[in-house]
Parts: sequence; C-alpha cells; structure tokens
Amino acid sequence: MKKTGAQILWECIAREGVDTIFGIIGGSTLPIYDAMEAFPIHHVMVRHEQGAAHMADGYARATGKVGVAMATSGPGATNLVTGIATAFMDSSPIVCITGQVPSWFIGYDAFQETDVTGITLPITKHNYLISNVEEINKTVRDAFYVARSARPGPVLIDITKDAQTEEIEWEYDETPIQMPGYRPDYSPVEGDLKQAAKMIAQAERPLILAGAGVLHSEAMQEMIAFAEKTQTPIAATLLGLGSVPASHPLYLGMMGMHGESWVNQAIQEADLLLAMGMRFDDRVTGNMATYAPNARKIHFDIDPSEINKNVKVNLALIADLKITLSQLLPHLSPTDHSPWLETINGKCEESAQRDILNWPDTGKLHAAHVIHDIWKYTEGKALLVTDVGQHQMWAAQYYKHEKPNTLITSGGLGTMGFALPAALGAKQGCPDAEVWVIAGDGGFQMTQAELSTAAQEGLKVNVAIINNGYLGMVRQWQDLFYEKRYTATPMVSPDFVKIAEAHGLTGIRVTRRSEIEDAIHKTQECPGTVVIDFRVEKEDNVYPMVSAGADLHEMIRRPHPEQS
Amino acid sequence: MQHTLVTLVEDRPGVLNRVASLFRRRGFNIESLTVGHSEIPGVSRMTMVIDSTPQNIERLIQYLYKLVNVIKVDDLTHETTMMRNLAMIKVSANEKRRMEIMQLVEIFRARIVDVANDSLIIEITGAEDKIESFVDVLRPFGIIEMVRTGVIAMARGSSAAMSMVNQEASLAA
Repeated sequence: MKKTGAQILWECIAREGVDTIFGIIGGSTLPIYDAMEAFPIHHVMVRHEQGAAHMADGYARATGKVGVAMATSGPGATNLVTGIATAFMDSSPIVCITGQVPSWFIGYDAFQETDVTGITLPITKHNYLISNVEEINKTVRDAFYVARSARPGPVLIDITKDAQTEEIEWEYDETPIQMPGYRPDYSPVEGDLKQAAKMIAQAERPLILAGAGVLHSEAMQEMIAFAEKTQTPIAATLLGLGSVPASHPLYLGMMGMHGESWVNQAIQEADLLLAMGMRFDDRVTGNMATYAPNARKIHFDIDPSEINKNVKVNLALIADLKITLSQLLPHLSPTDHSPWLETINGKCEESAQRDILNWPDTGKLHAAHVIHDIWKYTEGKALLVTDVGQHQMWAAQYYKHEKPNTLITSGGLGTMGFALPAALGAKQGCPDAEVWVIAGDGGFQMTQAELSTAAQEGLKVNVAIINNGYLGMVRQWQDLFYEKRYTATPMVSPDFVKIAEAHGLTGIRVTRRSEIEDAIHKTQECPGTVVIDFRVEKEDNVYPMVSAGADLHEMIRRPHPEQS
Repeated sequence: MQHTLVTLVEDRPGVLNRVASLFRRRGFNIESLTVGHSEIPGVSRMTMVIDSTPQNIERLIQYLYKLVNVIKVDDLTHETTMMRNLAMIKVSANEKRRMEIMQLVEIFRARIVDVANDSLIIEITGAEDKIESFVDVLRPFGIIEMVRTGVIAMARGSSAAMSMVNQEASLAA
C-alpha cells in the first residue's frame, strides 16, 4: 500500500508496543502529527521538551518499556538534551524522535536547523538521521532494539521533513535485526562461574552491592536467593533501592556519600564485594585509593566498559545478571556468616540513636519527619519520584521500598527539575500506582510548568515540596566547606498553594508536624493533583556524609541527641 | 607507550565523527589515524596510534566496542605487525645537488615522482623510523613541503582482523 513517511513512522512505533508519547508539535514535525490520529497512540502535550524527555524516562523506569518523546527541529530538539543526558547516565531506555528541516536545507543554517545528531552524540547510546523514507522501517526497529537491549539507554532518531511526507509502496518489514557492530552477549563464561563460586566459598565477610542493573535485568529473586543461600548481606546504591525489600533481614541500607554509616563500614571491612549491576560511581566509593582495601571484588555487569574503570576487580562476569546468578546458584553451598552479620548489626544499633526519628519531638518540622510520615501513611506502597538535592537523600534514607521500581530518581546526572515530569510519565504508564513527588523548592520551580500538563491530562500525582527557602544541598556544602557563606543559595519562592490553585489543582500548606497526617490523607482522597508546601526547618543538613574525596569510613555522623 | 589499534567500522556517514568524538570525550590523544576501505564492501578500516597506558587502552577498546557502528577492534601492539607510513617530501634541488639526493633516494629505496628545475618530490614508504631518518638526511638540502599519511598496520601471517566477523559484516553490506 502507498504510505507516507509519517504513516510508516507511526506504524513502526505502534508495532514496538508504544501506547503513549510525550512531546510538543512544531514546524518540522507537522506531517508526523498530522498522521497521528489514525494510530492507537496517546499524545501527552508537555510544556517544555525537557519535560517530554523526563516523562518518557519516568514512563520507562516505571513500566520497564521504552518511553518515547517527540520534538520539533532546532530549539525543540535542543530542549530535549537535559532529559536525554539524564536517561543516558541512568541507563533508561527512551527513544526521542525529532523533526529535521528538509534534507536539501541541511547544512545551510535553515530556520530551526540544528545538528541534533551531533549535539546528542555523546549522550545517546546511538542516534540516527533519516533523510530517506526507505530508511524509516529498519531504523525505528534498530533504535528500539538498541534502546532496550543489553545496558539500556536513550536513542535519538532525527527525521527530515521530506522523509516524513514522501510516499512509497510499503509493507512492514520484519526481517530479523542484523547489526554487525551490536551483538550483545548475555551468557556468562562457565570457567568464570566456577572461579566466582570458589571466591565466594572462601569469603568470611562477603557483601553484595546492588545497583540499578539488578532491576534492569529483573534479577531480584535470583539475588535474594543468592544472599539467603550464602547468608550475604546486601547494600544498595541509590538507583538500586527497591531491588531487595527494605524489611529483608539481610538488607543493610544505602551505601555511599549519604549512605548509612554501618553500610559504609561494612564495605570497608568486607573481604569480598559482589558488585551487581553497579558501576562504582564516585558518590558510592569516596576516595578510590582507600576503597574496600581488604576486599577481593567480583563485578557482575552487562557492560564490559564498566569493568576496571573506577575500581580494579579480581573477576568480572560480563553477562546478564539474571542468567549469571541462576547459573551460579547451583555452584554455591549454604554458608553461615553469623559473626559477620553480628558485627554489622552491632553498628546499626549504635547509629539508630542518632537518627532524627528517634529524637524527642520538639514541634519543629524536619524534612526527615515529612518523608517518614509519607512512607507511613502510604504504607510504603507509593511509587516515589524524587528531584535532586537534600530531599532526595532524605527520601532515600527514610522511605523504605519493599518493591522493585518504586523509586525513580535522577542519580548519575543529578538533574534538578526531573521529579514532576518523570512522575507524570510514571503515572501515565502505571495509572493504578499512588505516585508521590518529593521535590525541593528549587528543583520544583525548574519544571513547574508541567503542572499544566497534569491538569490538562487529568493525571493525578501527589507533590510534596520540601520547602526550606534555599538550594539546600548547595547551602549544606557552603555550610560545611565554605564557612557558611551562603552565596546565591537563599531563594524566594512563589506561594505554591496559589500556584496549584492557579492550575485548577489543590494546594495545601503544612508548617507543623502535627499537620502532616491530615495533609497526606487529604491529598490521597483528592481526585486531582495536589501540591503540598511543607515549610521545613531551613538549615537542616543531610547526615551521615562522606565529604567529596574523603575515605568512605571517614563519615560526618549524625549528631548525637545528647551532644546537640 | 604507543599502541596500534586496527578498528573495523561500518562505512556510514558520521562514523569517523563518532570515533573522534569518543577520543575527545574520554580524554585520549590520537597520534595518528588513517581511514580507508577494507577487503569487505561496506566496512572501513581505521588504524589508530595512541600513546597511553595499557589499562587506558583496555578501557578505550571497550568504549570503541560500545559504538554501535564499530564491528571489531584489534590491538596489534604486541603482535608481529607490518607498519607502513607514506610520505611525500618536496626538497630543494639545484643541478649541483640533485645527484647527491638521488643517491640518498637509492639508499632508502624511495622514489622520485616529480622533477622540476629547482626541486624534487620524493615518495617514500616504510616504518615510522625509516621515514624519520630519511627526513633527517634530507633536511640540510632544504625541505620545502612534506606530507605524511599516518600509520597503517597489518598483522603478519594468514589471520585477518575481519575473520571472526566476516560473515555477518558481509550480510550487512
């Protein structure tokens, strides 16, 4: 049948299982949008293309499917960049489709022409420029395959306006995908499995480091079975939270810069680290030279370029984690590590006294209380989407995730403004989930325009703004490392209750701890999006903290209640 | 230390940019880079010389493999390898000195490819050090202009860089 490029594009996208895309129409995508109506795909119109990329990202992380964002050429495409870089750093599978000026204009600085494939080259897993209608079918199939397979990541397709309008005789081509330079290998090497089993049997103080790769590979059950059989405790990275239920007896908590002190101490004392789908980011290792000095290290990762990149390891199993662990398990014998587990537990108990939740109530509203109470009144079942900064770390510490893929946060890039759009994408993908946004007053304002999208789409998310009147995490660094010179961090914000109301949504202000419970229940009962403005203590710091470049065990601990 | 990598890539627009961008992004310096067709249609062959530590080269190879258009990377540094470089050197040569230069050309097995009244263009191929020493002996005559291709390399013996991926690459081409 005769089809235009735009029709072919939609049919190929629909065949990839896409039901929703996020975007803004523009001059160079007019033919694509004009053909959209005939296909069973819902378009969420955003207010800024950064929001579209974050929504696609949030959708992908919540559903495990590929998220799709669409933008026009030039500024539409460049606005996607922050969202693409965010997805790239956190290995999130999204496909971005951008319109491009007609092929005969390329290179002549036409109106709204930008070299989008050039700009996004270092922040995409791969990208494509389609300037011929014949290329659409294969390119779309390749793009989705690359985005979702092996280590997932963002892929961009730039498509010229003439390729969208050109008509050809066309049938869907389903020939198996053949990419000579992209042939992911998912199986571990048998000899490596035996070697790993030997190292595991020899270990007295083993520790699993669970990263986002556990979730990508859906290896949660296998990892827990491994941990239980070998009595190995599990520590999680920020993006690995939820890969093991927080209430599991072998789960220790989050590692790294704002990880719990006993977790970091366990890493430093371990004699075997089993790194699963994590990449030894500087935020989890502290000073690399003194990192886990007593430990042999086994690195399980699908991406060979992560091996020996940050931390030199003794053995690498480059394969799919789920397959690797299921093949490794029969090689392992049940082990008892109770002395090691008791050592770690002893440290937990000492730390618990320092936890702000265990301090006497002074009537002040601390962010830690807010997040703890959200956890309590959502019964730990919410899909939590955070922004970046202090509130993000408090959320990581105080919201206890029992299920995988219930925390969505910008880890690698640390993108402020991520939370609201990512939450809308997540809600779109999981309409039955109770979605909560935890954001700071600073980050929220970066993408606050997407409240309009929530209102237009009737998407219900619950927004908790941890409002302390500062760019809080930077203020904390100024407090600790710049002698409290608070330059450019104090911030005057609009009235967030009125902002919500101006969008036809509900706004609530909370200034006392006693008001939190009511506010949460009222929010849960409200059919539309609610924004809660939590006016928290202005100058609380996030502890524990490993200063940048410090040794992992040299933590600034939480203050002890008797000393403060 | 200097490493020689042979990289086979899909012959498509923008692939050289992807490779060059990777070097820039990851902070590697390219000493020399040559690109041309390989024996397989649709597959280009790049020879790269990079000065770096063995650990960093190992990283670089993995990063190259992450590029979707890169089919194969071979580190020829520790193999017995034929390495060749081609240079054209335009040198001042009046009648009096022409014979002297021609003798040097003979010794180095170079070739005179252009003769003018007061200059010669000499073509020489060989390993890096041979070309270096030839340039040194020509310098006193006055080098007007010089161009060099950069290194191309091939492992000795019957194995081919492409042998493992031959079939699939042909399919794609």
